[in-house]
Amino acid sequence: MAGSLRIGADVGGTFTDIVLEHHDGSFVSTKLLTTHDAPERAILDGISEIARDAQVDLADVSQIIHGTTLATNALIERSGAPTALVTTAGFRDVIETRTESRFEQYDLNIVLPPPLIERKDRHVVNERLNARGDVLVPFDDAEAHALIDRLDQTGYESVAVGFIHSYRNGEHERRFRDLLAAALPDVSVSISSEVSPQMREYERFNTVCANAYIRPLMASYLVRLRDQLRARGASCPLYMIHSGGGLMSVESAAAFPVRLVESGPAGGAIFAADLAARYGRDRVLSFDMGGTTAKIAMVEGYTPQTAKTFEVDRTARFKKGSGMPVSIPVIEMIEIGAGGGSIARVDSLGQIRIGPNSAGSEPGPAAYNRGGADATVTDANLELGRLHPDTFGATDIDLSPALARDAITGSVGRPLEMDPFTAAVGISEVVDENMTNAARVHAVENGKDLTGFTMIAFGGGAPMHASRLIDKLGLDELIVPPGAGVGSAIGFLRAPFSYEAIRSFYTTTADFDVDGTNQVLAELAEEAHSFVREGTDAEVTIDRQVAMRYKGQGWEIPVHLDAGPFDELAAELLAAKFTKAYEEFFGRAIDDLTIEAVSWAVRVSSVQARPDTVELVAEPDSMATSSASRSMFDPSTGASSEAAIIHRSDLDPGQGVIGPAVIIEAQTTTVLGAHHRCRMQADGSLFITRIDPSGDAS
Amino acid sequence: MSGQELHYQVMWNRLISVVEEQALTLVRTAFSTSVREAGDLSAGVFDRAGRMVAQAVTGTPGHVNTMAAAVAHFINDIGPERIYPGDVYVTNDPWKGTGHLHDITVTTPVFTGDELIGFFASTAHVVDVGGRGYGPDAREVYEEGLRIPILKWVERGELNHDLVTIVRQNVREADQVVGDIHGLAACNETGRRRLLAMLDEFDLPDIEALATFIFDRTRKATLDALQSVPQGTYTNTMQVDGYDETLTLAATIDVTDSGMHADFTGTSPTSAFGVNVPLTYAQAYFTYGMLVALAPELPNNFASLAPFTVSAPPGVILNAEHPDPVAVRHVIGHFVTDLCLGAVATVLPDVVPAEGAGALWNFQASARSASKTDPKPPVELLMFNSGGTGARPTIDGLTATAFPSGVRTMSVEATEQIGPIIIWRKEIRPDSGGAGRQRGGLGQTIELGPADGYLFEFSAMFDRIQNPARGRSGGEPGAPGAVYLDDGTPFAGKGKQTVPADRRLILELPGGGGFGDPARRDPDAAANDQTQGYVT
Repeated sequence: MAGSLRIGADVGGTFTDIVLEHHDGSFVSTKLLTTHDAPERAILDGISEIARDAQVDLADVSQIIHGTTLATNALIERSGAPTALVTTAGFRDVIETRTESRFEQYDLNIVLPPPLIERKDRHVVNERLNARGDVLVPFDDAEAHALIDRLDQTGYESVAVGFIHSYRNGEHERRFRDLLAAALPDVSVSISSEVSPQMREYERFNTVCANAYIRPLMASYLVRLRDQLRARGASCPLYMIHSGGGLMSVESAAAFPVRLVESGPAGGAIFAADLAARYGRDRVLSFDMGGTTAKIAMVEGYTPQTAKTFEVDRTARFKKGSGMPVSIPVIEMIEIGAGGGSIARVDSLGQIRIGPNSAGSEPGPAAYNRGGADATVTDANLELGRLHPDTFGATDIDLSPALARDAITGSVGRPLEMDPFTAAVGISEVVDENMTNAARVHAVENGKDLTGFTMIAFGGGAPMHASRLIDKLGLDELIVPPGAGVGSAIGFLRAPFSYEAIRSFYTTTADFDVDGTNQVLAELAEEAHSFVREGTDAEVTIDRQVAMRYKGQGWEIPVHLDAGPFDELAAELLAAKFTKAYEEFFGRAIDDLTIEAVSWAVRVSSVQARPDTVELVAEPDSMATSSASRSMFDPSTGASSEAAIIHRSDLDPGQGVIGPAVIIEAQTTTVLGAHHRCRMQADGSLFITRIDPSGDAS
Repeated sequence: MSGQELHYQVMWNRLISVVEEQALTLVRTAFSTSVREAGDLSAGVFDRAGRMVAQAVTGTPGHVNTMAAAVAHFINDIGPERIYPGDVYVTNDPWKGTGHLHDITVTTPVFTGDELIGFFASTAHVVDVGGRGYGPDAREVYEEGLRIPILKWVERGELNHDLVTIVRQNVREADQVVGDIHGLAACNETGRRRLLAMLDEFDLPDIEALATFIFDRTRKATLDALQSVPQGTYTNTMQVDGYDETLTLAATIDVTDSGMHADFTGTSPTSAFGVNVPLTYAQAYFTYGMLVALAPELPNNFASLAPFTVSAPPGVILNAEHPDPVAVRHVIGHFVTDLCLGAVATVLPDVVPAEGAGALWNFQASARSASKTDPKPPVELLMFNSGGTGARPTIDGLTATAFPSGVRTMSVEATEQIGPIIIWRKEIRPDSGGAGRQRGGLGQTIELGPADGYLFEFSAMFDRIQNPARGRSGGEPGAPGAVYLDDGTPFAGKGKQTVPADRRLILELPGGGGFGDPARRDPDAAANDQTQGYVT
């Protein structure tokens, strides 16, 4: 792909980012407001604008890569198609009764998220398989025909089919789909054994319902977008970025749109992974902070951490269990309500709390002077001197320090009898502590220790908070890359073609099913290959994984498999691999217990050229100077001091900056404390390190 | 408020993060189904006097207060002079821990140099403790399994192999049980290391000043929250099915300016079966009910729990004493929350919900070979199931959702992978929610049977069959539960019974009570009940 003209388009909740990559790898970008009624409009306008400015003919563009929150939004706003669920008799309510638990123990008035498909739209047929996939109750064509007639009368546009144990045997689901497709060719059908053949009916049914629900909408959007791109002269292939961080064809995306959920944030993690490879940092913490949330992901061995399930629309304080689970391969990240617009308040304990409510972009933080009265993180940053009133963001907003101060006084200062400055210190420390704690807990959940990680910070808010976060986390290195404001869209251009096929298949080391396992792995590889081949003929890599646990445990850990089929030594080999992985996770293994293999995954990815490595240098050749400065609070000293104001565009490669300082650019501000040192790198990145108070490099 | 106090706030948040990490470590390594599926665990940090400073929110109400009180017993029984760096202590004493032998509590002292600065403690429900196995059938706690007094599991870094051997030889699934005890010790160790790193980062010698700050803040907020209940005496009684005869649960709650005290005089006597509740466990569900109603924002620590005290005469079922059997104390214990909320409902009319299904309808069975000529290995099965919760003053009750327990259900597909069971039906039970301005949560209907030549032997522990959840403020009661075989044979709600190989067991789980006059239900909500088939 190197040497071609390519475009990345990221449609986010507030902004649509377009990046054009030139033949030589350099890029230009533009940011437009997202056009919610027809998201393709902002993309088309942005692409036309950027091509015109760069004097590029759209006919010369070789690829357009697109990621969008449209699928996520349709699920959150419940704006999908009229959809029915057809399921096994006896299991009509699986997606409504969920886990039968409350995600918040201490709330009598808890409201559980309503099911995506209401009870009246959930229908049953008599059929049943057991856990081995054998038929207990046969499928009845006549009953299915009668149900299809009823579905026709109701006028559903889309149907989800989810039968018990179909991950093991999809025959009944396929039979129903074929009957339905023959009778009602205009109705879209999604079956769970294709969309997400994983054990656990609640997650699988929810996933197939989500897919069916957004499928008509996404299919029509994708077709519209492709046609209009062609009409403007961009006849090159259009590819979609999926939640697992790879590319897929428009046809695949239209059939399995649930795999597009969270594709934008996935781009951010790929962006960080690409930089990690470029700088040779094999343990990276990716930190993306925007207006509403902060997202943190771990990137190890230049690969973002992945997971097999994701919760859409966590309604309550981003709490686990308050959303809608979908079982798809995703880049794993933790998201917390800590963004520039997050609102500060004081609780009954006199504790400062931040978020998850956000002032968003309308009305925005109090300082925007658009009617916002609540104190936000941005207001505190302004009060503390980290933001300059005239140099905020790319927009035309001038910040009002007086309004920020009033809001801080009202929301936090008065309740706690604090002056506004101290209150702002409190807001900033609490939000930094929240992000730090989230990162730590995320690491523990993954059995990792963050010692020795390098932080890569992007998104409008992250560079302002990142230096404080590395202090709190004890990290030694921070990188603020160029293009931080459009990181996700740049990440799209770094993504390989990839597809991960997953299926539940249960066997144990005590009676290992060699043939069954080999067959499952072969079928998964075939499925993943066929998706990737829709996009590329390039060389591919194959990564095979199995999720294993001790018999009796409920949580599996991933074990990577060597190439080649299993033979009679498989059980021994897998037991040894699992034991090693378990020890790495938990420090000790347990002898003589049977080990279970629960689900299998094959990921096929096109080989990406490794970026040329760039050596990071901390020691500056010369120091940048600045005549301008302003008073800024430094949490490491607990006092304000004069911070140099440096324009990022004025820094030459090799130049250093000694904190306290602020490095400003159009879309963000990088803050350095007194003990932070920064050096501009050859590729435009800021490389920030810490010295301990005695002055030695740490 | 000063900058110093701000500093304490940040450290308080950090301390909560430390105990969250401690709890997560445990969830990831536990073998016990109830730990990993139901969050039946607890983790916390204590000051050197044994007062709980912070507790992970990942936990179940049954361990609130019980584990908090346990650490003082550890200090007392080990003896302050015998507490050394590198030690780990263990117990499963129902009266010093969390109410039954299946919960193991592990406590680890934390030292800086030679100075004791505090403790980490954690509790988990283990898969087996020997004895008769988990169930209500023992007549004395001696039959319920191994009782480990407060002992050293590790002394100065040396594992107590004698104790490990005793545990190994006295439980089924020894690897998993010993593994879980090691897991508890490991999660405390995670907490200990994080705490020491935190003290280092904030340059603190110990947590005394921080604990004082946390307790002062919490005490004030707790007492403020109590102001919403006028001082006075409030009473309530509730009838539940009990093991073999209907029980009366009675509470008298005295509200003063310093706290709330619940006395359970008037409650029925202890049972001959293991449904008896140690007072510490009743206290946990009383405290939970009051905190969830009055101060949901407050963290659990010594100062938020201290204002809630309990008493009961000897010999009542909410004050089981040694050697009463207590294995399934949760069945009656879970009703204590509704009992105590009911007492204060008249003064908190906009807060307290109607009564709910309360006790879980767990299906815990042994699958045994149905044929002597074709022997098969026995398999133990466990399913957590919940009925409906009571309607809230402004919101309908929750359908098929646990309250006050924090349990989650398990996937039908996963359950069928593990054992010879077919679950034919698990769906909402229409018409089971009590009518009201706000409707009670619906129960569910479960139909299940043995597979592959097995039969089931199980100890039923199902309540609210004779005594449905009552409505509040004019709301109607929820539907009572029912248990029977698919050929119509009625089953008892309690006691050992058999599901033959060719039969299916049907469980109709109770619904929650309604709130307010049914005639005042919003017409749209009523119409939707019909449309969705919640009401037929």
